[in-house]
Amino acid sequence: MQELSENILLACKDLSLGYEGHPVADGVSFTLERGDYLCIIGENGSGKSTLVKTLLSLQPSLSGSIAWAERVTVGYLPQQTPVQRDFPATVEEIVLSGFLAKSGLRPFFRKQEKGLAQEKMARLGIGHLKKRCYRELSGGQQQRVLLARALCATGDLLLLDEPAAGLDPKVTAELYELIASLNRDEGITIIMVSHDLPAVRSYATHVLHVMHGGCTFGTLAQYAASDAGKLFFAEAEA
Amino acid sequence: MSFSEFLTFFDYPFVWYALVVGTLIALCSSLLGVTLVLKRFSFIGDGLSHVAFGAMAVAAVAGLTNQMIIILPVTIAAAVLLLCTSSRKTKLNGDASLAMISVSALALGYLIYNLSDSPNVSGDVCTTLFGSTSILALTQTDLWICIVMSVAVTVLYILFYHKIFAITFDETFAKATGVKTGIYNLLIAVVIAVIIVLAMNLVGSLLISALVIFPALCGMGLFRSFKGVVISSACVSVLCALIGILASIWLMTPTGSTIVAVDLIAFLIFSAAGFAARRARRA
Repeated sequence: MQELSENILLACKDLSLGYEGHPVADGVSFTLERGDYLCIIGENGSGKSTLVKTLLSLQPSLSGSIAWAERVTVGYLPQQTPVQRDFPATVEEIVLSGFLAKSGLRPFFRKQEKGLAQEKMARLGIGHLKKRCYRELSGGQQQRVLLARALCATGDLLLLDEPAAGLDPKVTAELYELIASLNRDEGITIIMVSHDLPAVRSYATHVLHVMHGGCTFGTLAQYAASDAGKLFFAEAEA
Repeated sequence: MSFSEFLTFFDYPFVWYALVVGTLIALCSSLLGVTLVLKRFSFIGDGLSHVAFGAMAVAAVAGLTNQMIIILPVTIAAAVLLLCTSSRKTKLNGDASLAMISVSALALGYLIYNLSDSPNVSGDVCTTLFGSTSILALTQTDLWICIVMSVAVTVLYILFYHKIFAITFDETFAKATGVKTGIYNLLIAVVIAVIIVLAMNLVGSLLISALVIFPALCGMGLFRSFKGVVISSACVSVLCALIGILASIWLMTPTGSTIVAVDLIAFLIFSAAGFAARRARRA
């Protein structure tokens, strides 16, 4: 594994992604620096979620290399599962579970961790909901709970897999603004899978377009000027 | 039976053994039951207990005095197979493979029982399936095995409570942030297998699912925190087991099915209470 320069958080080279030897996307190469806001776009089934899972080592890559900077912690906002929607747990219980990876074999949470969880909940505007049951919350509130949990797991990098899926436009806009402020004010690097091109245009610093047979990566301006970008943005506007 | 006759039963140690063992098994099965029900694995208890039944048949035909040597490892292996591989992409999906293992173990178990030269095959089978009165025939060794196992399960559950919560709620997130979910899933599988094998004495292998799912369902309808659900289901389960054992002595009914009947009544009461609570909140 090659040494990464100081500011680089993650470098992927010639990744090929897929299941059981069947590649869905290949030639995925990009680098991510601290403070970047990277949007991953592409058609359905092009391998966006597969890329996220591969980055999180939930599944192996078929070929290519992924190099992480040392001591990077990752927070993940997965797409919701049906199990979670009617889960009997309080907001506080769920947010606290974000600390688990750091607590090792210690069976209980520290006071300091409970305080931090409280801070994250307040930061995301759900402090008043902490004793409420998760299944009784609205979709937007649930996403904030999961975001608070992800923030408990990391201060470095958030990976968001279609965070706005199923939310109404107003709540979606608020959620995007919140994510952008975490990026802007707290320097948290963002990788977001999104279908929402206006959001990509207003918030992303970099874009990775995943597709069969190669991918396009660049800053937002570079991507918008590329052939793939012109086509994609034009299609979205049509 | 008059009440004074009923009281004389408490002079016998086997009644106390049954009460202690019943309470402990009910406690352990309800703790893990919450996780199983929430992870959509409600039927795993049923499947594993059928596997245990099959293993017991093999042990009986082989003429082993200590049947645990076969039953426990086989059940643990089945639990690990079912719980730890289903999350991955397998050719056969989870509930189909569970149903398949479950019925084949049951069928082969009965087949093997019939090969044995026991004079009372149908009696033996009925006892293993429905528990009948074997809970009232426990030896002191059974009692100690059960106490040690139950204490171990409870201590493990408390130590790993937060991990179990995280894996139940969102295994993907836990794994992505670096929690070793594989090990905890393995732990859960082994513990469940141990509980199922212990619980076969109490309610028999056909009725174990009730001990696993009813207490959890009771708590889930009414409580809004995971901790609340776990604690309430433990209390409900222990209470139902005690009432069930006492009622079965009083009414001279089979212990296992009496406990399950009490669990069912508790579930109905809790559902009604949950329904009333939701209406009150909306009004």
